Amino acid sequence: MDSIGFGAAWLQYALGGITVGAIYALVAIGYNIIYNVTEIINFAQGEFVMLGGLFAVFFHETCGFPMLPAFLAAVAAVALTGLILERYVIRKARHATVLSMIIITIAFSILLKGGAMLVWGRDPYRLPAFSGSGSILWNGVAIQPQALWVLAVSGTIVACLTIFFQRSVYGKAMLACADNPAAARLVGIPVRTMIFLSFMLSAAIGAAAGVAITPITLMEYDRGALLGLKGFGAAVLGGLGQFFGALVAGLLLGLAESFCAGYVSSGYKDAVALVLLLLALFFKPEGLFGSKEAAGLKRF
Amino acid sequence: MVGRGRNRCVGRASRVLLWVCALVLLTPVGVLAGGKPYKIGAVFSVTGGASFLGEPEKKTAEMIVEQVNARGGINGHPVQLVLYDDETDATKCNLAVKKLIKRDKVPVIIGPSTSGNSLAVVSVAEAYKVPLISCAASYKIVEPVASRHWVFKVAGSDKHVVGKMYDYMQAKGITKIGIMTVSTGFGASGREELLRLAKDYGITIVADERYGPKDTDLTAQLTKIRQSGAQAVVNWSVGPTAVLAVKGWRDLKMEGIALFQSHGFGSKKYLELCGDAAEGVLLPLARVNVGPLLPEDHPQKKVIMEYIRAYEAKYQEPISSFGGHAWDSMHLALAALQAVGPDRAKIRDFLENTRNFVGQHGIFNFSPQDHNGLSKDDLEMVVVKNGDWALAE
Repeated sequence: MDSIGFGAAWLQYALGGITVGAIYALVAIGYNIIYNVTEIINFAQGEFVMLGGLFAVFFHETCGFPMLPAFLAAVAAVALTGLILERYVIRKARHATVLSMIIITIAFSILLKGGAMLVWGRDPYRLPAFSGSGSILWNGVAIQPQALWVLAVSGTIVACLTIFFQRSVYGKAMLACADNPAAARLVGIPVRTMIFLSFMLSAAIGAAAGVAITPITLMEYDRGALLGLKGFGAAVLGGLGQFFGALVAGLLLGLAESFCAGYVSSGYKDAVALVLLLLALFFKPEGLFGSKEAAGLKRF
Repeated sequence: MVGRGRNRCVGRASRVLLWVCALVLLTPVGVLAGGKPYKIGAVFSVTGGASFLGEPEKKTAEMIVEQVNARGGINGHPVQLVLYDDETDATKCNLAVKKLIKRDKVPVIIGPSTSGNSLAVVSVAEAYKVPLISCAASYKIVEPVASRHWVFKVAGSDKHVVGKMYDYMQAKGITKIGIMTVSTGFGASGREELLRLAKDYGITIVADERYGPKDTDLTAQLTKIRQSGAQAVVNWSVGPTAVLAVKGWRDLKMEGIALFQSHGFGSKKYLELCGDAAEGVLLPLARVNVGPLLPEDHPQKKVIMEYIRAYEAKYQEPISSFGGHAWDSMHLALAALQAVGPDRAKIRDFLENTRNFVGQHGIFNFSPQDHNGLSKDDLEMVVVKNGDWALAE
């Protein structure tokens, strides 16, 4: 057995951390999109990830689609689920308080989880890697091609979102709704359409994350809750509503977990996310990148 | 008008009465063919979280009763199975056992399916002095044996699995191992035994890693073990993490470090999920899982192959090791009834003195000190080869 150097182990932990962290970041971004437009924390975000993975398995294995169409079909199917959540649940309850709406999303997440259990059963499912299985060994560090795919998917989504929010009319309109819904409505922005769009968009992003990680982690009906929790931690840590903050915080969380498992004890891994979240809430409740002033204006 | 109404009522009442009489007269006819039926009580988790245990157990028990009655019962008495579903709920399980004892007055009970439910009814069996043969694994079900006078179990313990694994490692000259266990009851119990027994086999545990049942990435744990200089790694979990361990082990190119899995990996479903990655993974399994691989002269070969044939013909699905537990407990109960009749105390004494009972999970040798009757030698070391089980050399 070759002894593996300290540097290689460090890199291995870092790689594992970044891969998981990218997923947390995508979940956190999903929270942020909906939060920005509606101030609702959508606790069904983790279930979107789970559904994305399971739908991809359905389209690829059962319907026999090639990988790319299966990916797109899964994202579309979950976006449709997001649409249903907004159109038939959230919109019906639009006069309720924000807190009630958040509780409604929790109920919806339980519904999705139960539904997935009925349809797919309790067994985990696998999906082949996007390109070639196995791994590449580089200086004692094993790299899974799928991990690179996860990073590529995350990178693409972040880049597209940045362009969308900064350049497109719809993106700017959504940001306007976030800043001040009343003023947005006065200048003729259809706030309701924007809310609708935000749910579809964040469902689609969650689904993309789910499809990307399924080849690495497998997917089963009750995976969503923990991913949702970690992603929420990242969203709060980065400052609710901050896309860049979510990205940094997600990666930070993934790395912290991985290094904790590697150098401290793997038993405390899950505690890391929650401890970081608590520390953030104690010392910088508006998050690493949030501004205190903006946080003060929000209802939640 | 009133008279006709009453007539109609009387007519309906008498018709109902006729049906009731017919039912009362007809039903026992089949049962009365022989002597008074011998009852066997059963509690399985047919629905709920542990339905994957209870479902094949129920099917197996029902199949055996059918077989026995088709052969004319035991000593001229037909066998009647009184089966309740505890829905994987300890409270319902407790009630079901009480119902079997008080209302159905069964002389012997088989089940429950899970360790938690079994522990919840141990005191009931003890209080009412009814022999109970549990199908669950925890050693606490039958230990301390002084306060488990009436309770037996047919599932092997973790110490047998660990013992078999360590035996194999000893034979291969492996002395330094890394262990990784899931943070559930299943993993914690395995970890305890791995740590406790290591010294007896001259094995040093150089890495002791844990992870959650919903973890998505085990490369950190595996990297640490790879660095620790371990010659082998033992993973103890069920569910997706058991598959992730295999995939991570393969991705990190750790083939030089043998991967051992617990008996929890003993399902073909895992092999499908792992694909090629599982080649070379080692695990101890009960012989019921590898019946076709056993040599012809093995004492268990015949009973296992017969069980497989009958079960697959009847239900069109493969057997599971859990159904094997029901087979073992059912046949122990039948043997006891045949030998001593439906007497609770005599059945208990018979079970405690049963030796060389050839079952699905091993050859049982009960004694006043051992209410499980199995040993590590009732397991086979199995290796994954070409996507299927093979006996390891």
